[in-house]
Amino acid sequence: MMLEVRDLRISYRDQVVASVPTLDLEPGQVLGIAGESGSGKSQTALALMGLTRYANGVVSGSMVLDGRELLTLSPRQWRLVRGRDIAMILQSPRAALNPTMKLGALFSRTLRLHGMDKEERGPRMVQALAEVVLDAEILDRYPHEISGGQAQRFAIALVAALRVKVLIADEPTSALDVTVQAEVIDVLRNLRNRHGTAIIFISHDLSVIGELADAVMVMRDGAVVEQGSAESIFNQPTQEYTRMLLAAIPVIGGRSR
Amino acid sequence: MSDLLTVRGLRLGFGKTEVVHGVDLQVLEGPYGLGVIGESGSGKTTIGRAVLRLHPALDGSITYRGCDVLTMTRVELSAYRREVQLVFQDGDGALDPRMSVQSAIAEPLAIHRTVARGERRDRVAALLAEVGLGSDLLARYPHELSGGERQRVVIARALALEPKLLVLDEPTSALDVTVQERVLQLIERLREHRSLGYILISHNLAVIDRLSESCVVLYQGAVVERGRTRDLLTTPLHPYTRALRAAVPELGVGRPPSTSRLTDGPPQTSSLLQPAGQGCSYADRCPLAVKMCRSQTPVLREVAGREIACHRAEDSLSL
Repeated sequence: MMLEVRDLRISYRDQVVASVPTLDLEPGQVLGIAGESGSGKSQTALALMGLTRYANGVVSGSMVLDGRELLTLSPRQWRLVRGRDIAMILQSPRAALNPTMKLGALFSRTLRLHGMDKEERGPRMVQALAEVVLDAEILDRYPHEISGGQAQRFAIALVAALRVKVLIADEPTSALDVTVQAEVIDVLRNLRNRHGTAIIFISHDLSVIGELADAVMVMRDGAVVEQGSAESIFNQPTQEYTRMLLAAIPVIGGRSR
Repeated sequence: MSDLLTVRGLRLGFGKTEVVHGVDLQVLEGPYGLGVIGESGSGKTTIGRAVLRLHPALDGSITYRGCDVLTMTRVELSAYRREVQLVFQDGDGALDPRMSVQSAIAEPLAIHRTVARGERRDRVAALLAEVGLGSDLLARYPHELSGGERQRVVIARALALEPKLLVLDEPTSALDVTVQERVLQLIERLREHRSLGYILISHNLAVIDRLSESCVVLYQGAVVERGRTRDLLTTPLHPYTRALRAAVPELGVGRPPSTSRLTDGPPQTSSLLQPAGQGCSYADRCPLAVKMCRSQTPVLREVAGREIACHRAEDSLSL
């Protein structure tokens, strides 16, 4: 197992906001985490990124990536893991991009900070952009000069260039139009197929999760309600709450006027 | 049935840039929903604002129950805006953070003086009950409410003046699916109880399907397909409508990954600066595009019981 999480508990001032008994991930596997606002899904993501401490949160349990325990890492050690081994893309990709830097400088700097040689950076950038279907001329633009879909694909290009092992995608398509959402999902699928990147895909919408996930975890009020293969969750949900989440998805042709 | 609102040849712009190129819309007397589908930048929000005369029209006409909206005087406009209300996507941005729920809902009643001061409190509580919220929320402020509660307060405020027509701009897009479901049920109930007509602006086809009788699909400021919602969404004909329909995630697993939908996205602002009339605006993304599509702008024409602006509509039928 590449990533093994056991008895993860995230708390703020002695109040537990999320607990995940088990979460396993193999290379190339996509795990969908579904839940409403306040379910603890984003808190779980922050813990996996080692960011909880910066919000004065406490994490207990164990998170092992390729045999290495992450919970005991120092902030300095975390900086080498974060972005390189485990990376995250967010609902608003533009917010993740420094608005004062051109995308080329931003891309190059990210690769440099993770120790990539100057000679290697250029070809790696061009290749990664091609993988997410972006023209290299985008490197000469600022974040505000590109569309939301392009910004999200650019963020995924960074992930591809660094050969990240685990990508956490927190509502990566919720702010996007449907056709753009479909494009971003295609890009994530390519990333997984080409580099074997494991993806934790977080969304309130199970229909989007169904596009990509091999396994699904349903969370509510900080606890895991149900988890299993995507097929079993979609076809034979055992919990009432999962059934309700599934029923809430509006379907075309469901109740037409 | 007669028209509640008729829009003809509406052209809108920002500065010298025209973003909406001659759009026709029709809303019948309620209960009736007109869906407006389109991506970011398609002009759908600007059209909604123009209906309330919050955005100036370059050309065209807007008629509400026989009255010309674009030439209304201030007094007439004030009366018009009592009957036509706008509901935004973002309940957070639409409410003044310093106003309690009570004041936010009572404000339109006070401005338009439709309800005597002494009766306002009862009216506000009744409106709150109508959108499914308890009067315990009256003293709360927007930041103390959940997203779904905020959106209900925005709807209650819009209903305060007994409108006949609502412009619902992405009313559920910021909400979780479960909360969205409850707001959709609310809109469904209100439209019947109050005989509301509305323009429902959304990029979510399932929401449009559920709440509208007819709909238009906008692409870069022009209508590319128009017809009965059920026809349009079950058998979309315009290549763009087809692409939208294909992009909707369907529940379940094991769907083969869609092919050939990845492009470098719709052209950004630069193309908006080009004059309309140089071929079909969708030609660059269209799998069916032929030479003619780049030289002649297709106009809306009737095909298979709907209107469609596509040279290859007939070929689309046989796909």
